[in-house]
Amino acid sequence: MRTVKLHRLVSGLALAAGLILASASSLAHDKEAHAAGKSGRVPLPVHNIEKGDQCVEPVELMRRDHMKFILHQRDKTMHDGVRTTQHSLKNCIDCHADTKTGSVLGKDGFCESCHAYAAVKLDCFECHSSLREASAGKDGAAAVPPASTARALNVSQKKLSESRKDMKP
Amino acid sequence: MSINRRQFLGLGGAAVAATALAPGLRLIELAQARSPEEAVTSLHRWGLLIDSSKCADGCTSCVSACADENGIQSHNRPATDAQWIRKVTLKDKQTGHVQTLPLMCQHCEHPPCVDVCPTGASFKRADGIVLVDKHICIGCRYCMMACPYKARSFVHEVTTGQKSHAPRGKGTVEACTLCVHKVDRGDGSTACADACRKEGHQAILFGDLKDPASEISKRLASQPSTQLRADLKLNTGVRYQGI
Repeated sequence: MRTVKLHRLVSGLALAAGLILASASSLAHDKEAHAAGKSGRVPLPVHNIEKGDQCVEPVELMRRDHMKFILHQRDKTMHDGVRTTQHSLKNCIDCHADTKTGSVLGKDGFCESCHAYAAVKLDCFECHSSLREASAGKDGAAAVPPASTARALNVSQKKLSESRKDMKP
Repeated sequence: MSINRRQFLGLGGAAVAATALAPGLRLIELAQARSPEEAVTSLHRWGLLIDSSKCADGCTSCVSACADENGIQSHNRPATDAQWIRKVTLKDKQTGHVQTLPLMCQHCEHPPCVDVCPTGASFKRADGIVLVDKHICIGCRYCMMACPYKARSFVHEVTTGQKSHAPRGKGTVEACTLCVHKVDRGDGSTACADACRKEGHQAILFGDLKDPASEISKRLASQPSTQLRADLKLNTGVRYQGI
């Protein structure tokens, strides 16, 4: 009996020591990675977007709850015909599309890169266009909005378009 | 300063008139433009009036305009390609008279597709537009079986090149949306009606069936028109003339 217990104790200690060693080595690896400008084993997503410093809601809230806003807006738009832009997917894409590709998908795309980083499946773009409206639908009606749409543009979007104009060289 | 009896009664009368008229004014306001944050109401019912005698044989501009507007792409497989609108040729076997007409979702008041949908994806908006909520659609295709007009299509292939106002995805059912994005924008027309007008045929007219002052209501009131399969008592939003 006693030898069996001793054997268990020794093997347990060996396992603990092994774990400590392993975590220490991974910590050291992380430190090296930080020194090389990376964040651990998985590199942080990189975006190349025009806007993004001021979102429709505080950034911390959007990071955690953007899907709730989109989901709520989705049902309101689909069933009630409410077409406000603040929480619409179209508005997300118009702001956050890549400057070169015009899309929120792709390796460095705003949506895809972060969803890949967080390992969360992204379903929206199996149906929805991932392109900014200007590059997605090139119909004349969209370029010149009628009076009712002009009224629809809320203050934040007006500001946005003004700042966009400023950004162009 | 005091007011005399006559002034008091006058003011009282004005107040009563204001309370009596205000709700009416509100209704008139609702019946006109809708702002984007307002939900659709049953004060409108959108529909089409199609005059098949003006519909030209061989012309498919409404079909191609619909495909352009909604980003529908053909895979050169007619048996399974999605079609929201199609040209139907009618032939009277006795006289040999041939006529064509565009056929799309009839936006019924009592839509069978909504009755049979097991998930609630197929629904009718308050303003009478029958739609598929593709977020909820499981692709069972019961609605395609139920529709007497064969108006719905199943998306068999992976979709590309969607328009941002018309999301489309493999494994869901879709149909004419009566250009709901244009309706919500206040365009007052559909892509097919615009295309038909541009061709000079003017066979398709879009309008509000509940507004007695609209052109469609006036024409429906003054000229004979018919519903397809009126015997089913679905009260379609798309009406036909000349058939």
